[in-house]
Amino acid sequence: MDGEAPAARNATFLSMAGVCQRLWDNAPLLLSSKFAWPPLFRGFAPPPAPSGVLRYGGVIGVPSLDRIRLVEETRIQSDVVVIGGGNAALCAALTARDAGRSVTVLECAPIEYRGGNSRHTRNMRCMHSAPTDVLTDAYPEDEYYADLLRVTEGLTTEHLARLVIRESPNANQWMKNQGARFQPSLGGTLHLGRTNAFFLGGGKALMNTYYQAAKKRGIQVLYNAEVTDVDIRDGRFHSGQMLLEGKPTEFRAKALVVASGGFESNLEWLEEAWGEAARNFIIRGTPYNKGKLLRLLLDNGAESVADPKQCHAVAIDGRAPKFDGGIVTRLDCVPLGIVVNKFGERFYDEGEDLWPKRYAIWGRLVAQQPDQIAYSIIDSKAMGRFMPSVFPPITANTIGELASALGLPAATVENTVKAYNATVRPGSFDHQILDDCHTEGLTPPKSHWAQAINKPPYYGYPLRPGITFTYLGVRVNEKAEVRMNGIGSSPNIFAAGEIMAGNIVGKGYLAGLGMTIGSVFGRIAGKEAARAAK
Amino acid sequence: MPPNDRIAEGERLLVICNSCRYCEGYCAVFPAMEQRLSFTPADVRYLANLCHNCAECYYACQFAPPHEFAVNVPQVFAEIRAESYKQYAWPAYVRVSGWLAATLGLVVMFLLAGSREALNANFYGIISHETMVAVFSVISGYIAMVYAMGVRRFWKESGERLPGVSAWMQAARDVFTMKNLSSSGAGCTYPDEEHSQSRRVFHHFTFYGFLLCLASTTVAAIYHFAGSVAPHPYFSAPVILGTLGGIGLLIGPVGLYALKRRRDPAIVDAQQDGTDVSFLVLLFLTSLTGLLLLALRESAAMGALLRVHLGVVLGLFLTLPYGKFVHGIYRSAALLRSAYEMARSKH
Ligand SMILES: Cc1cc2nc3c(=O)[nH]c(=O)nc-3n(C[C@H](O)[C@H](O)[C@H](O)COP(=O)(O)OP(=O)(O)OC[C@H]3O[C@@H](n4cnc5c(N)ncnc54)[C@H](O)[C@@H]3O)c2cc1C
Ligand code: HEM
Ligand code: HEM
Ligand code: SF4
Ligand code: SF4
Repeated sequence: MDGEAPAARNATFLSMAGVCQRLWDNAPLLLSSKFAWPPLFRGFAPPPAPSGVLRYGGVIGVPSLDRIRLVEETRIQSDVVVIGGGNAALCAALTARDAGRSVTVLECAPIEYRGGNSRHTRNMRCMHSAPTDVLTDAYPEDEYYADLLRVTEGLTTEHLARLVIRESPNANQWMKNQGARFQPSLGGTLHLGRTNAFFLGGGKALMNTYYQAAKKRGIQVLYNAEVTDVDIRDGRFHSGQMLLEGKPTEFRAKALVVASGGFESNLEWLEEAWGEAARNFIIRGTPYNKGKLLRLLLDNGAESVADPKQCHAVAIDGRAPKFDGGIVTRLDCVPLGIVVNKFGERFYDEGEDLWPKRYAIWGRLVAQQPDQIAYSIIDSKAMGRFMPSVFPPITANTIGELASALGLPAATVENTVKAYNATVRPGSFDHQILDDCHTEGLTPPKSHWAQAINKPPYYGYPLRPGITFTYLGVRVNEKAEVRMNGIGSSPNIFAAGEIMAGNIVGKGYLAGLGMTIGSVFGRIAGKEAARAAK
Repeated sequence: MPPNDRIAEGERLLVICNSCRYCEGYCAVFPAMEQRLSFTPADVRYLANLCHNCAECYYACQFAPPHEFAVNVPQVFAEIRAESYKQYAWPAYVRVSGWLAATLGLVVMFLLAGSREALNANFYGIISHETMVAVFSVISGYIAMVYAMGVRRFWKESGERLPGVSAWMQAARDVFTMKNLSSSGAGCTYPDEEHSQSRRVFHHFTFYGFLLCLASTTVAAIYHFAGSVAPHPYFSAPVILGTLGGIGLLIGPVGLYALKRRRDPAIVDAQQDGTDVSFLVLLFLTSLTGLLLLALRESAAMGALLRVHLGVVLGLFLTLPYGKFVHGIYRSAALLRSAYEMARSKH
């Protein structure tokens, strides 16, 4: 067999008869992929084999005869194993596969929920020197880096950050080459058309594209594959353990890429970092990012980066589901009214800054309030000026009734609104800019967009802290190699995505940075892992 | 579920989509949705008819089932469309079974033809021209009236005035290119998650095939009044148009049917399969019998084939007022409304 994937050379305990049986079982699939129909007529190819047929313990991956990998019942073997199934993982897997290595992706979610937080995303931030088909104007490296410095207040690693920025256009082009589609720049949403490229259909469409590309190129993807342990000695990865469909299974590889996200959906860990307040946090994305690999790597001597309390958190609708509520639970009405805590009192300047900065601080602010809850109160003038939320507002004709409906002390809320209304100075309202509508003599003040709340009906929304992703991660170098305490760089463990995002954002956030870090470092990790697995 | 539940479900999805908007680049539905903050039942029906069931927004949706938000726009909209057809139908919706209609058509034609025989493609020796014209003008007139009244109801519900020329042009472009089945050139996610142009291409065969057959019949009618009576030579306009259209109507329905058998059941309303399939079959049979008639018009089989062809055509026509065909009518009306709204919002 010429050009056989290196994995096929590995020990297999299958008898030849077993091989033949399996080939026979998979014959329909072999035929259908081998003699692929032209795209127009793809509809006529025989239906794919039931997904149960090609799990593990059989002929896996692209069933072209010279690339079949034979795997024993309880062991997975591949040149490169990628842990995770989101953007960073798939970028790494596709890149390593293109370098000629056999690749296995271990995704702990079932197929319906594959793609981690990446499936909730909408855009990525890209440097560019001239308008492109998907970006307007220009966004040069220095401006990008200056933005990053401002939000992180210096908590970044300059050479890695600049690497991400410089590589962002290449990553964007590479994604397009994989079949990823972006919205044309004209249809731009919000004010991000210049800095951010929007995925057509959002992150899940992007993930679908990647998984289709992976399938075509013979990358083995295992779902319901939860990695539970890794054997690392002297900074080198040897083997790992996982629960594959609930069954303990070993996996081996010459190189390992860890792209398994942060620990944002691990409630105990969040509580360790934040105390009891964490119980009231809502996790905006996947329930599968429990930080298992992060913990394993740290326990095995990986250097850590960023503070466990640092994360991206925003104020979202308090009625959101505990996990996976995604983008539709965000509330953007804070600057248009006032925000009170559970005692009915204001606690922060709602008009401090423009989106997206204000968006990113309110998660933290609400987290610091008693019971981690707050309420945004607006009047009819504000309706239609912010992106509609998925939950209907609580509505009433007087402030007192609204307060009662929200479960707040009516008298206090009435006083709060009265005091606020009394200090509002006339100005010309414009919610697109930092306008001159502000309060005078109020503490805390409202420095922009302050308008009296006096036009019924009145509306209220409960707010809770919504965690997007955590920053605590493993330290890496520019080759995505994980830094090991006392050893230096690991020869065969690479990290990409959320699990190392803390190298670049130690604090604060720039919209679209998460996907850019994952794409750039995913590709680097894939390339370097392919090299290490030679 | 009772009708109102479907509308309520459609509204629920629209509220979710409107606060997400990730799919805004796929089709005309999302830009139209973004013009609104809330959705009346009329809005929901309009947007459902604007949807081309391309399924992009289902596969791309992070909230698709089993997620608790259970967002499945193409399926719910398909159900709402089916309901809306009944609501718009004038004077009232009548469910016409394709098989029954075809049988009825055949019976009528065999009765009208009686035991007459004729040779040498002498069609009118079997059924007189006057009879053909009488039968088909009555039914065509009825169909036209039903459509006109249906569109009137659709439009009235929108509360819009009559759009200007540019909106009509835009809507025509959208119909003739079937833009909303192309997802900016990638093709739609039908019959499965991977992009393919197959549905659009086979729809084009069907759609243009049908138009060509209508053109052929119209030209033949004009010829008749101009004194050139059927049979027309093989290289005459009516026969060339009809043959091309006929080929389209063989390929298109077969392709659409094959895709249908492989499509993902999650994105469609399986209740409509009966209506859809009988429409596909009738289109195919109309064309097949027409082409056979053409091929064998000089033979002794002509009489029987003419009876069968006209019978099937009559059957097809009987299903038109309330059957699958109305999708084209209300989709076109919805595209017109959307073109009108979009032009206005740009000013
Ligand atoms: C609602 C929301 C919207 C967002 N919008 C944007 C945006 O518009 N732009 C942007 O740049 N960023 C956005 N982000 C942030 C962005 O999602 C992340 O930065 C990015 O997706 C990280 O990619 P990743 O591949 O590292 O992680 P993920 O995509 O989360 O992938 C991690 C994967 O690892 C798997 N996994 C975890 N543990 C294990 C284990 N033990 N074994 C096997 N597999 C495991 C998970 O199942 C998952 O598939 C958003 C996040 C959320 C929640
Ligand atoms: C209005 C009623 C119709 C009448 C009276 C009619 C009659 C005929 C006749 C007489 C022929 C034979 C022509 C020839 O051999 O020269 C024919 C052929 C044909 N008919 Fe019809 N037909 C009608 C409607 C339709 C419709 C609606 C379709 C398709 C949707 C159709 C499809 C065809 C095709 C494909 C042919 C063969 C090609 C041709 O000869 O033009 N017909 N029809
Ligand atoms: C006039 C404008 C038209 C538009 C905008 C339109 C659009 C569509 C769309 C989007 C579909 C796929 C979704 C669905 O099944 O509802 C469809 C299906 C279909 N169309 Fe049309 N159509 C039009 C006219 C026609 C015409 C004139 C014909 C042929 C006579 C036709 C035949 C069909 C058939 C047979 C199907 C069903 C395919 C299936 O069952 O899978 N359409 N049409
Ligand atoms: S279908 Fe899903 S992803 Fe698309 S706009 Fe609606 S909610 Fe968002
Ligand atoms: S199914 Fe296709 S046409 Fe219908 S709303 Fe979704 S993307 Fe638009």
